[in-house]
Amino acid sequence: MTRLLDIKDLHVGLPAGGQRQYAVESANLHLDANEILCVVGESGSGKSLTARAIMGLLPKPHVHIAKGQVNFQGEDLAAASEARLRQIRGSEISMIFQEPMTALNPVMTIGGQIDEVFRFHEKMPGHERRSRALKLLQDVQLPDPEQALGAYPHQLSGGQRQRAMIAMALALDPKILIADEPTTALDVTTQAQVLRLIKQMQETHGTGVVFITHDFGVVADIADRVAVMQNGLVVETGPTEEVLRRPSHPYTQALMAAVPSLIPRAARPRAEEKVLRVNALTKTYRGGGGLFGGKVRVVHAAKEVTLDLTRGETLGIVGESGSGKSTVARCIVRLNDAEAGEILLGDTDLRPLGRAAMRPHRAKIQMVFQDPFASLNPRSKVGRIIAQGPEMYGASRSEAREKALELLRIVGLDGRAYDRFPHEFSGGQRQRIGIARALALEPEILVADEPVSALDVSIQAQILDLLDEIRDRMNLSMIFITHDLRVAAQVCDRIAVMQSGEMVEIGPTAELFANPQHPYTTELLAAVPGKGWFSADGKALTEAS
Amino acid sequence: MEGSKRRARYVLKRLIQAVPIVLAIVVLNFFLLQLAEGDAVDVLAGEAGSATPEYMAELREKFGLDKPLIVQLGVYLKNVVTLDLGYSFRHDMPVSQLVFDRFIPTLLLMTSTIFLAVGLGIVLGLVAASGLNTWRDTAISIFALITYATPLFWVGLMLIVVFSLNLGWFPTSGMEDFAMFYEGWDRVVDIAHHLVLPTITLSLFYLALYTRLMRASMLEQAGQDYVTTARAKGLTERRIVFVHVLRNALLPVVTMAGVQVGALIGGSVIVESVFAWPGLGMLAFEALFARDLNLLLGIFLLSAVLVVAVNLVVDIIYSTLDPRIEMA
Repeated sequence: MTRLLDIKDLHVGLPAGGQRQYAVESANLHLDANEILCVVGESGSGKSLTARAIMGLLPKPHVHIAKGQVNFQGEDLAAASEARLRQIRGSEISMIFQEPMTALNPVMTIGGQIDEVFRFHEKMPGHERRSRALKLLQDVQLPDPEQALGAYPHQLSGGQRQRAMIAMALALDPKILIADEPTTALDVTTQAQVLRLIKQMQETHGTGVVFITHDFGVVADIADRVAVMQNGLVVETGPTEEVLRRPSHPYTQALMAAVPSLIPRAARPRAEEKVLRVNALTKTYRGGGGLFGGKVRVVHAAKEVTLDLTRGETLGIVGESGSGKSTVARCIVRLNDAEAGEILLGDTDLRPLGRAAMRPHRAKIQMVFQDPFASLNPRSKVGRIIAQGPEMYGASRSEAREKALELLRIVGLDGRAYDRFPHEFSGGQRQRIGIARALALEPEILVADEPVSALDVSIQAQILDLLDEIRDRMNLSMIFITHDLRVAAQVCDRIAVMQSGEMVEIGPTAELFANPQHPYTTELLAAVPGKGWFSADGKALTEAS
Repeated sequence: MEGSKRRARYVLKRLIQAVPIVLAIVVLNFFLLQLAEGDAVDVLAGEAGSATPEYMAELREKFGLDKPLIVQLGVYLKNVVTLDLGYSFRHDMPVSQLVFDRFIPTLLLMTSTIFLAVGLGIVLGLVAASGLNTWRDTAISIFALITYATPLFWVGLMLIVVFSLNLGWFPTSGMEDFAMFYEGWDRVVDIAHHLVLPTITLSLFYLALYTRLMRASMLEQAGQDYVTTARAKGLTERRIVFVHVLRNALLPVVTMAGVQVGALIGGSVIVESVFAWPGLGMLAFEALFARDLNLLLGIFLLSAVLVVAVNLVVDIIYSTLDPRIEMA
């Protein structure tokens, strides 16, 4: 019997002079109808290029299929003509992408973009195309499909856009759906819904799905079979059950071990001394309006948020995008100005302080940012980035240098990093630099805004360990912003849950996980992918082998 | 229907907003011109060669130039509001009539220039981007570089030398051949014939700019995710380039063109001089040297109104091209 998709000895060649010759090397994968194959790997593992190679969508001419076969129902697509590939794309094999905002054309309506698929593959009258598009949007459970048809991508929410994208991909009932990290850019509750939708659509249509992801939780929820990739090689394949419970390859084992557990770690005694008290902090963003009227848009980014932080404690603030968690963090660091409330550092209220009055307090609260690529000045050497702060506060050049070198050692980087530029480092290393920079001013409080969400899971674990170690060593208090409840469970002593600007619940991590009071917290907890697999003893249910 | 109603309201709002802007420009220009030494009387007297101080004072009184500045400004503003732009003593004509007569040729030159520069720029940029690193791309890039670097007046003179004097294809100067007394279509053709060289001269620089901008913009858009999506849908390259990429790539070009319409009026002074084109640029040039402040103010006012109007048009075009831009 010919397989639906059978990839044999696939080599994807990279331009000469690169780090490696092949992005994907001798990959052997297959997919049957009505099956979901998850390809898991970290960034640079070649999982996305494998997906694109199937459809002949590699960024030509630099990246190309160097060797091997992509057999689709017995036909080798690697050797197929461009015209034949065009026929197959969108009708037999279709694809959805990570970021639905950029994957949809911003100046075309959703209806128009779905319509194209029909027009280029089948002859049918306009009204039929329209009614079929409408039916598709109903199938993916978009609220008000009629309106969605005429909407532009920016008028929909992230989850709705991804639903529209799925509708478009399934327009002609393809035999294979390739999904490249389709839920990575979505909030956790939306992610759960979209995963359910994909599974549901796959079951009703009997589609074969190639699902690319980096998240083992998602794998556990959705996959029938799993292929693990590392540096261009498929290191392990097998049924989900087998791979997740009895990973045989050391890399798979390491990846599984790095997935943070949902079981909160043991509670630590809470210190008496309160280093920070935030009372009724309120921040509102206003847009529109202006001299000649017009509709004023008001967004309550933080509504009377009250919390406190004791010495040596880590307080997590969790919530989805737009919940106001970052706003609270930025107001505390005084990057944004809150319009009401108190930010008491010791006994001083920081909120009303002007630039000059704030200066002596600035050093005490420092921030680590989410994006390790954007948050370091690319034209500044690493040593300068770290030493600049102490110099501003009066340290001599040599003192600042000493300090920077010591901090580099503390965060686990070589002293030679001092004279290098940020772009010479990997994401994880840059985040270490970011942490060293924040520590250079000897803060009492470290505010970390999603410090690990841009990193691969194995690197993530290292950075979390580092943050823990530093907190204990320097007796820091930490505010840790995250959308990932697994991460929160592992780092935070207490957790505050935010939803549309309001803090709906706050409490010790273990209590909050075991007995959530607010329905939104319950919903968040229920949406965490892969709960069934990674719960009982906190780690993956790996059998001792 | 909802959309067109909102658009009408938007246009109305923008027009109302434009009134204080234009008035502010008038006031600013008025004081700016006062900073320059000398007035129309100085020039008249200088040209006559034998004016007595009494005669000059009499002239000033007649022109209202002896009153305090604020009063002069007040009088001028009051006149402007009633659409009376004053009187040009130099030309012995009402400013509004003078300015309006010259406005049509300038508008003609500007419109044809914009259409040529933007239209051809878009086409050339598109061709260059779709044949990246081929001979077409190289040729277009070299052409753009050369025209970008060549001074306007020199191009104008060379065009006259080659196409008018040597080849005799186009007239050397002016807007129409008055001696022929053309009427109807013949006149239109005659004016169009005269329009060719000035338009080419004035548009070359902008053409180069838009070509490069369009090329860069096309290349940037071609790398976007939605292009991959379009390809994954099985669309042809043709459809991808002309429907998906093109519309997105146009946005920066339209923005740039909108900003530069104002600069075009400035650039047209040189071209109008070279080709003796009877436009506003020439008039402004003469008025400046004659210290004909009333006339200058009138020209400035008209230019300001033109720029405000063009900006409005560009914004409307922009909002139809890009649905993300709200008209509010």
